[in-house]
Amino acid sequence: MSLSLSGSTRNLPQYGALVAVLLANWLLFPDFFSIRLQDGRLFGSLVDVMNRGAPVALLAIGMTMVIATRGVDLSVGAIMAISGAIAATMTQAGWGLSAVLAASLASGLLCGLWNGVLVAVLRIQPIIATLILMVAGRGIAQLVTEGQIVTFVSPDLAAIGSGSFLTVPMPVVLTVAVLGLTALLVRMTALGLMIESVGVNRLSSAYAGVNTPVILIAVYVWCGLCAAVAGLIVTADIRGADANNAGLWLELDAILAVVVGGTSLLGGRFGLLMSVVGAAILQAMNTGILLSGFKPEFNLIVKAAVLLVVLLAQSPALTTLLPRPRGAQPIKPHPVAPKRTTP
Amino acid sequence: MTHPHAPPLLAIRGLSKAFLGVQALDGVDFTLRHGEVHALLGENGAGKSTLIKTLTGVYQRDGGTIALCGEEIAPRSVEDAQRLNIGTVYQEVNLLPNLSVAENLFLGRQPMRFGLVDRAAMRRRARVILDGYGLSIDVAAPLQRFSVATQQIVAIARAVDMSAKVLILDEPTASLDAQEVAVLFDVMRGLKARGIGIVFVTHFLDQVYAVCDRITVLRNGRLVGERRAADLPRLDLVAMMLGRELEAASHRLAQPEEIDDSRPPLVRFQGFGKTRSVAPFDLDIRPGEVVGLAGLLGSGRTETARLAFGVDRADSGSVTVDGEKTQLRGPREAVRLGFGYCPEDRKKEGIVGALSVRENIILALQARQGWLKPIPRRRQQEIADRFIRLLDIRTPDADRPIQLLSGGNQQKALLARWLATEPRFLILDEPTRGIDVGAHAEIIRLIERLCADGMALLVVSSELEEIVAYSRRVIVLRDRRHVDVLRGEDVTVERIVASIASESPPSPVPPSPVAEVRP
Repeated sequence: MSLSLSGSTRNLPQYGALVAVLLANWLLFPDFFSIRLQDGRLFGSLVDVMNRGAPVALLAIGMTMVIATRGVDLSVGAIMAISGAIAATMTQAGWGLSAVLAASLASGLLCGLWNGVLVAVLRIQPIIATLILMVAGRGIAQLVTEGQIVTFVSPDLAAIGSGSFLTVPMPVVLTVAVLGLTALLVRMTALGLMIESVGVNRLSSAYAGVNTPVILIAVYVWCGLCAAVAGLIVTADIRGADANNAGLWLELDAILAVVVGGTSLLGGRFGLLMSVVGAAILQAMNTGILLSGFKPEFNLIVKAAVLLVVLLAQSPALTTLLPRPRGAQPIKPHPVAPKRTTP
Repeated sequence: MTHPHAPPLLAIRGLSKAFLGVQALDGVDFTLRHGEVHALLGENGAGKSTLIKTLTGVYQRDGGTIALCGEEIAPRSVEDAQRLNIGTVYQEVNLLPNLSVAENLFLGRQPMRFGLVDRAAMRRRARVILDGYGLSIDVAAPLQRFSVATQQIVAIARAVDMSAKVLILDEPTASLDAQEVAVLFDVMRGLKARGIGIVFVTHFLDQVYAVCDRITVLRNGRLVGERRAADLPRLDLVAMMLGRELEAASHRLAQPEEIDDSRPPLVRFQGFGKTRSVAPFDLDIRPGEVVGLAGLLGSGRTETARLAFGVDRADSGSVTVDGEKTQLRGPREAVRLGFGYCPEDRKKEGIVGALSVRENIILALQARQGWLKPIPRRRQQEIADRFIRLLDIRTPDADRPIQLLSGGNQQKALLARWLATEPRFLILDEPTRGIDVGAHAEIIRLIERLCADGMALLVVSSELEEIVAYSRRVIVLRDRRHVDVLRGEDVTVERIVASIASESPPSPVPPSPVAEVRP
């Protein structure tokens, strides 16, 4: 459970892909890397990539740990819609910012708890368990907004989407903060080890005394919270809640970001930073295609191609065909040691 | 109906099959006659399931011949075997529980009318067939509504109705209770009277003698022998299965130190049991004591170990640890009480394959401390290095994924995982299975050392010499029951074998309600 940055050679493909996509953007659009300061906030295409990529990056942070337990959370897009709907509706009704934030985050927590209980206690397969909320969640969000697109006027809430902190756009600040907090939570405690252990072998972990249901519930709750933050950002950005479209299909982008980041869907080792890099690669591709003037439909094909390449690289059939440079040679039994230590 | 010169129903000669260089079957002969029930017996890895899978077309044989009624056959698939009139019923009924009984009976060969399934005819015929087995049930109801025994009979009825001449029953009784077994046996006797040959795989010796005419024993992929059941005393049968010459002297490698029986036990199980797993048992274990659990495969050894660690929840009895009554709600509770458990299936239930040796070693200790108190990396490294040195775990370093280690070294790492928690009571299920000779001896030495340090050990092993070598007491299990306790001078291979083989008291099986099967 090394901190994600250390195993740098292992993460070369991800960094390489990010650099390649950014360079491609630069070739298409020479001003891509230019950044200017205006009204105390940074502007530029690169800043835009980070800003636009924030919601998916947030989803990917939560999703990483769910996937590390060999699960998946399809409901994150719907949770975004719920948290956004609650924030917009409450703000419109005149509630203060702190109450709005608390209620919005609480909705994400509850949704995560629901998913976690279905998976950990009732032992429903994650893909099905979270599919329930993926479908129902959007309905709940529509109930909250009563089928309308709810708009609000609140500079405080809007600042979460379009404000800045020390010249950095707020969504980017929030993403970095959530990334830091999450990394602290899993790497400074034994949670990271236990998440990986449960993901690799749930039975062995349980027999070793790991509280597997609590670990599983915790990762789904955290994933729900991350989704709620992402939902807040989107709602604050457009100053309104669209229950039908907020976060639509973003769960797939989040899963893609995690997989591109190198966390296997088979569970086990995970890299939080790498998932954020994965989200950045996706967003850079989106932005690049938009800038290049191709049709946006092209976007989906490119994403699919990237997914295909990454999954092929992870496929066991392919990895056995290709020579593996590390960890492949069998252990040499060293000569039988005559020493016999006694405790 | 057999006359002396007619070819046997099924004749297997010199059957061989190897997997990746491991000889699973080595020149095995097997003969099934018309109208007989033939037990196929052997311990784990004897080659029973390979033989059956070769016979039913799941595997293709490497050598040898299979002749059905004198004609050589070579089934290529399960469907192929069915066409050749070889039907199989497995322990887990492989029918479709959500379809009706009638649909299950006729799946893939439904009676048709005007191009549609004729449900009325299907139900009518299903009722007639099941009547023949003394089953009068609602054939339109989904199969899952009925007991496992009924499902088994439906599976048998389906196999027989597809004109099976050879019926293979692979541990059909494993999940049945005594009365259900009696019903099944009546069905088997009825089929026998119709001239069908039945291959019966089971681990229950009582059942072998209750229903079988002949017995074939395999061991390590080789044929040990074929005998008439009536001519083979139980003791000889067990000796054939375990491959031990009873005359061979066995001696204890080390005498465990005298332990005062009047001292209070560390762990005491009273009336501890679970329905369909192990009958309630009493067991006291004192500090420094090694208790061995011996018995054939399926006798309840592993089940006892799982109950003792709380993996399975007991539904009767109580546990007392250090004189205090406690609840054993699950492995976490057991770890908190200072228990440890190395399961039989290392790969599935023991190691966390993709994680490093270090992480595997500290996992139980970390789990007991809770997630809020992480063991510092440096301390983890110290613990891992200490046990790697102490147990001589062969790995280049502690950060290697444990799945890349050999079986013996994985086992030692698992032992290290528990030793790191400084347990008071350690349960080892087959600690030496699949481990090479060198590591084997080291693990036995380790067991002796641990009990010298005052740890209490409960060890399950199918290696009787091994159990005799380190156990102070041996509990013998048979048919999911603790039937005997051997101690002191009585702890010998001969006594254990004799005890495993001794007859169970006649079980109170009520007369079966099933009438004879109509031909």
